[in-house]
Amino acid sequence: MRITCPHCGTRGVEEFTYTQDAERTRPRDGGAVPTKEWTDYVYLRDNLKGPRREYWYHGAGCHAWLVVERDVSTHEILSVTLP
Amino acid sequence: MTGYRLAQGGLVDRDQTVNFRFDGKHYAGLAGDTLASALLANGVKLFGRSFKYHRPRGVFTCGSEEPNALVELRVGAHREPNTRATMAEIFDGLEAASQNRGFSLKYDPLSVNNLLAPFLSAGFYYKTFMWPAGFWEKLYEPIIRRAAGLGRNAGVPDPDVYEKTTEFCDVLVVGGGADGVAAARQAAAQGSRVILCDENAPLAALELPENISLFTRTTVFGVYDGGTYGALERLTDHLPSSNAPRQRLIHIIAQRSVLATGATERPIAFGHNDLPGVMLSSAVDDYITRYGVTPGRNVLLYINNDDAAGLIPTLSDAGVNIAGVVDARPQGSDAVHAAARAASAPVYAGAAIIRAFGALGVKGAKIHLAKGGELTIPCDIIATSGGFNPNLALTSHFDGNPVWDASIAAFVPGKVPPGMSVVGKAAGQGINVNIVPCFHSGYFPGKSFLDQQNDVTVKDVKLAEREGFASVEHVKRYTTLGMATDQGKTANVNAIGVLAETLGRGIGETGTTRYRPPYVPVAIGAFAGAHTGKHFRPARLTPTHGWAEKQGAVFVETGPWLRAQYYPKPGEDWLAAAQREVNAVRNGVGICDVTTLGKIDIQGPDAAKFVECVYTNSWTNLAVGRVRYGLMLREDGMAMDDGTTARLGETHFVMTTTTANAGRVMQQLEFCAQVLWPELDVSLISVTDQWGQIAVAGPRSTAVLAKIVDAPFDLSDEAFPYMACGELSVCGGVPARLFRISFSGERAYELAVPARYAHALAEKLMEAGAEYDIAPYGTEALGIMRIEKGHAAGPELNGQTTAHDLGLHKLLSKKKDFIGRAMAARPALMDPRRPTLVGLRPVNPADIIRAGSHLLPIEAEAIAANDQGHVTSAARSPSLGSIALALLENGPARHGETIRVYDPLRGGDCQAIVTAPVHYDPEGSRLHA
Amino acid sequence: MRYSAFSVFTQALRGHTGWKPAWRKAEPAPSYDVVIIGGGGGGLATAYYLAKNHPEVGRIAVLEKSWLGGGNIGRNTTIIRSNYMLPGNEPFYEFSMKLWEGLEQDLNYNAMVSQRGIYNIYHSDVQRDAYAKRGNAMILHGAGAQLLDRAQLRKEIPYLNYDNARFPVQGALVQRRGGTARHDAVAWGYARGADQRGVDIIENCEVTAILQENGKVTGVETTRGTIRAGKVAMAVAGASSLLAAKAGLRLPIESHVLQAFVTEGLKPLIDTVITFGAGHFYISQSDKGGLVFGGDIDGYNSYAQRGNLPVVEDVCEGGMALMPMIGRARLLRSWGGVMDMSMDGSPIIDKTPVENLLINAGWCYGGFKATPASGYCFAHLIARGEPHPVAAAYRLERFAEGKVIDEKGVGAQPNLH
Ligand SMILES: Cc1cc2nc3c(=O)[nH]c(=O)nc-3n(C[C@H](O)[C@H](O)[C@H](O)COP(=O)(O)OP(=O)(O)OC[C@H]3O[C@@H](n4cnc5c(N)ncnc54)[C@H](O)[C@@H]3O)c2cc1C
Ligand SMILES: [Zn+2]
Repeated sequence: MRITCPHCGTRGVEEFTYTQDAERTRPRDGGAVPTKEWTDYVYLRDNLKGPRREYWYHGAGCHAWLVVERDVSTHEILSVTLP
Repeated sequence: MTGYRLAQGGLVDRDQTVNFRFDGKHYAGLAGDTLASALLANGVKLFGRSFKYHRPRGVFTCGSEEPNALVELRVGAHREPNTRATMAEIFDGLEAASQNRGFSLKYDPLSVNNLLAPFLSAGFYYKTFMWPAGFWEKLYEPIIRRAAGLGRNAGVPDPDVYEKTTEFCDVLVVGGGADGVAAARQAAAQGSRVILCDENAPLAALELPENISLFTRTTVFGVYDGGTYGALERLTDHLPSSNAPRQRLIHIIAQRSVLATGATERPIAFGHNDLPGVMLSSAVDDYITRYGVTPGRNVLLYINNDDAAGLIPTLSDAGVNIAGVVDARPQGSDAVHAAARAASAPVYAGAAIIRAFGALGVKGAKIHLAKGGELTIPCDIIATSGGFNPNLALTSHFDGNPVWDASIAAFVPGKVPPGMSVVGKAAGQGINVNIVPCFHSGYFPGKSFLDQQNDVTVKDVKLAEREGFASVEHVKRYTTLGMATDQGKTANVNAIGVLAETLGRGIGETGTTRYRPPYVPVAIGAFAGAHTGKHFRPARLTPTHGWAEKQGAVFVETGPWLRAQYYPKPGEDWLAAAQREVNAVRNGVGICDVTTLGKIDIQGPDAAKFVECVYTNSWTNLAVGRVRYGLMLREDGMAMDDGTTARLGETHFVMTTTTANAGRVMQQLEFCAQVLWPELDVSLISVTDQWGQIAVAGPRSTAVLAKIVDAPFDLSDEAFPYMACGELSVCGGVPARLFRISFSGERAYELAVPARYAHALAEKLMEAGAEYDIAPYGTEALGIMRIEKGHAAGPELNGQTTAHDLGLHKLLSKKKDFIGRAMAARPALMDPRRPTLVGLRPVNPADIIRAGSHLLPIEAEAIAANDQGHVTSAARSPSLGSIALALLENGPARHGETIRVYDPLRGGDCQAIVTAPVHYDPEGSRLHA
Repeated sequence: MRYSAFSVFTQALRGHTGWKPAWRKAEPAPSYDVVIIGGGGGGLATAYYLAKNHPEVGRIAVLEKSWLGGGNIGRNTTIIRSNYMLPGNEPFYEFSMKLWEGLEQDLNYNAMVSQRGIYNIYHSDVQRDAYAKRGNAMILHGAGAQLLDRAQLRKEIPYLNYDNARFPVQGALVQRRGGTARHDAVAWGYARGADQRGVDIIENCEVTAILQENGKVTGVETTRGTIRAGKVAMAVAGASSLLAAKAGLRLPIESHVLQAFVTEGLKPLIDTVITFGAGHFYISQSDKGGLVFGGDIDGYNSYAQRGNLPVVEDVCEGGMALMPMIGRARLLRSWGGVMDMSMDGSPIIDKTPVENLLINAGWCYGGFKATPASGYCFAHLIARGEPHPVAAAYRLERFAEGKVIDEKGVGAQPNLH
């Protein structure tokens, strides 16, 4: 797999780290209490087939976090943007 | 004709003799020969024994699809089992040996398996060897293992070196035949940068334009995502052993690729078709035309298509007798009749070979005639062709399945990976002219082999089907068909044909098994490249590494770093050295390189707010010039890391992390800054490598530093108290940062200078401290002192502990959001019954507590139900003896209790008193001493 | 027909014409009491133990979308062990180990369970102590363990890289009862055993919808028609989220690809299972002679059963670092399997919020060794409505509650487990 970093150009997947999908947003309630919203955010994933938005970190490059749209069934990369 | 070498023809160099040995016997070949062609030229037919029945096997093909002629190449540590004789180029001094045999290749005691064959049917082992229960490992399995396997690994480190490169191109052309060269030229003419790979040795010089890079002896073995192709270049496999790299793994990054991999012939199976001398017809042709070698003198053809007719003139031109042409097609074909007539060879149209004869090689064949009746034909080679299979493995490394094209009776590429196109025979063009499908002759009740290497017969496939293993994948797994080193390149399609026939289904419907990389087997060493031995991973060295070496330090691996572990004096073991170093710090002064701790520089108007987001405690109220301890959680509420962070300016912080978590913390901080709180105006950069940092610890530390800080910096306790920080210069103008923080619990500082000065700084500090007997100390002393002080480190911050477990719950701010806040508030994470940090001291001072021991109530039975925690860290304190930190259920409430410390693995079983985690100077008065 | 040396012998004399299919090719009936989705190790073992231990549940079917055993049960590296550390895990895996020890006689099928031992190599004092913690836990659970120092290890496994290693080989935690089993045979053996007890095993039957009425599951829609069911139990490994979504559930799971590798056949070289502690690499040798090895997952979500080169190289680098003799062994085949990576690295065997729908999922890269206990405990749950005691910690709710079972301590990031 090769990812085109907006800063660095196209690089091999070994330079990047995937951490989590980018379909969720961190609850903004300040997090005083462990609500269901929080549990869902931390633990639950859609994890479906087809194009997904994901967070990748260009750790061996510019340290940018990237939003990579990728088809998880084919590994095809559809777009790479900054968050 | 001398031996089997023809008087002329072939692309070998007839002026250059090459001497080599096979099974200890000396032979001569010609430059350009493979081991197979050279041995065939010498009349050698028997190359090895088969996997299961140990039947004699010879050369079957002339390429990388070879199932049978596998040898051990070279000797000693260079021994390379399972090497295809058809691919191994010979050189002077080459040694090769046959494999999977008894004392000699001719007389193999395990060939009794052949007689036992009726009992060794496909899958027989699933049905037996079950009684008595313990006998599998002791008896049956060792016997099976010894008989199985093929060649022998040398069993000693591979002495060769391998390398890896990456190449970029617009168009990758795989296959250097006519179609491939044409495709490469065409792409080059359009201005593309082209890479052309061919798996064979160069046979003739090719004039190519400059924008085509030619890689010979290079096999493209796999297709990966994003236009990445894996290729293996064999650099010196055709030469005597040397220090030059043996093979090169090439990552080829290509916009497009053209597959021109041609087609591989498939046989027609018949009785005893595994005898040496039964070969693919194209192989017989190749040996004659490429190497000037005829595999035999009297060849019988068994074919079902016109492609194979080309062998007839080749044989007659070479003066080789044609015993006959058995054509499976009812009428044969005009092309075959014409060619045979010209060669005066009899044609048996509509006939079939029932079986081959011979003991260690073909002596003849019995055929079934179209009109009925049988005929025995003497011959020494049976050249068989059941048509060609496009070499399409690379097209289906993704999700594409080959599709059956009935018009040519072959699987052709289906959906191909993005950017790939297929040309020529690989696409099914121009092959299998006038073919009538025929996968096995079907007349012989005994063994007709489909997979020669794994000894899988037509009957095995039928048995698998009978037992319900009717999907192609089940057949493969149940019979092991196609799983040998050749991956069934000459076996799979025939097996699918047999299965389809048995099921009464179409071949397309029956389908193929999946092709998996690599297309040909690739040495593990090539995938590893230079990452072996000490070079497995890079070693990060601290800026004082060279200095520490000179002090006689012993080093230890901590993650990617090498750190000084202890500095032994003559006669000291690790413990004596570490304890002396502790005493030096506690009574005088010591220095320790702490550069490995992660350092993150955080700047910007919102720097303070940002630090609040990532640490659990409060930061906006930290004064400039002050340092604070911080705890960081993961979003799931578990403790992630801790460290001190200094506020150098209103908008400038420097955070330290543990050595182990430096990378992950940086990643988390970047996530916070870029994704979670992008509105905060803050910039981060890791400065771990930029600053060399040295701890100066002990009651004399201030006195030592006083000698090197430049005026007017004031080190007095009033001006620079505990937890102060500042920027200054040292040693006459070297910029530095000073932090009055302490891991050891003594009065202590950490002094950071640009990394290039750290070595000199260490020397200066030693000089300045000489009068106080300053000593360098390593990670062992560091560890003892931190356990004495009850600080959590890696074994406590193990990712399974909470702030509560570590006794740090007071650091969880109630007033602000921070990573992990919500999840940390879950009751289960604060349950007092959770194992919580305590200290331990043995009841009997002679006992030694070891980390990894478990904690049980005294006198309780040693079973899991009574397990209440474990020892996380243990140390041998010079002043306190054996001490430890532990996580114990309900810990804080149990100080003073006696507990059992149980370590059956190492024979440990003692009692300990539960204490507070801080063993040494609980009041903290030494910080100011 | 019972399998034995005698039956092989008599069949041999008759040209092996008398063998019957290992399991019937069953046609789907309109309804069953229990429908198990997924014909992998988990689903088949569940069916077997349900039919064997709880015959009162009634009619049982296993629905497999493709050919039986083609998922992870047929793709894994066959290691079985019970060397876990945490109280939620260790009793379960030890129970599984005990079932392995009697499996072949129970199934009358030789699954080649080979207790050849498993060595976890350690490379530092800290790692030794972490292994000691684990080994002591294993002993407390009755699983047995041994800690070898460098000299002892060198005697037992002389061919590791002792003298030129970036991360020194210092010793190993050993479980002598660990080892390997023949993966396909496990699937086939359970299928045959379940079939003999009346379970309908229906291949090429993909579940496309989960039917519900009033919040209760009543059956499934499949590519071979509607099948009604009293209870629906899912055991679909890497596809759990996809199937759960059909019932409106989201799971604490991501699907990741793990690659595995096998070399050409070699004469006996490695007679045990070895895992590298300073990189991602583990290895054993199959009865056929191939070195079977693997390492880290590829690290990104995937439903494609294949991986990429960087991980292949990483794994081979680990192999060469640990045992440089394998440099000239040739990698013959690589493949990938899609696995449920759960948020704490541990499995789930539980009821779901949807009535009559049960779940067995989240096995990560370790569900093969669990196969017997996974089936046994899931069957118990299906039949009794109560978790089996050794699997009681594998609840879905543990995530919300914070009672995670996180052996590695890396938190809710599945690709780190
Ligand atoms: C490369 C690799 C190596 C591994 N090595 C080991 C190891 O050494 N030791 C170990 O303990 N574990 C190992 N594992 C993990 C282990 O293989 C899995 O955890 C385990 O096999 C999963 O359970 P299963 O056998 O039931 O899964 P599977 O065999 O995957 O069964 C699930 C089945 O469900 C079917 N299915 C999916 N969706 C549907 C649907 N909608 N309808 C009908 N059927 C459906 C699938 O086709 C599949 O057959 C490894 C895994 C991989 C990928
Ligand atoms: Zn970048």
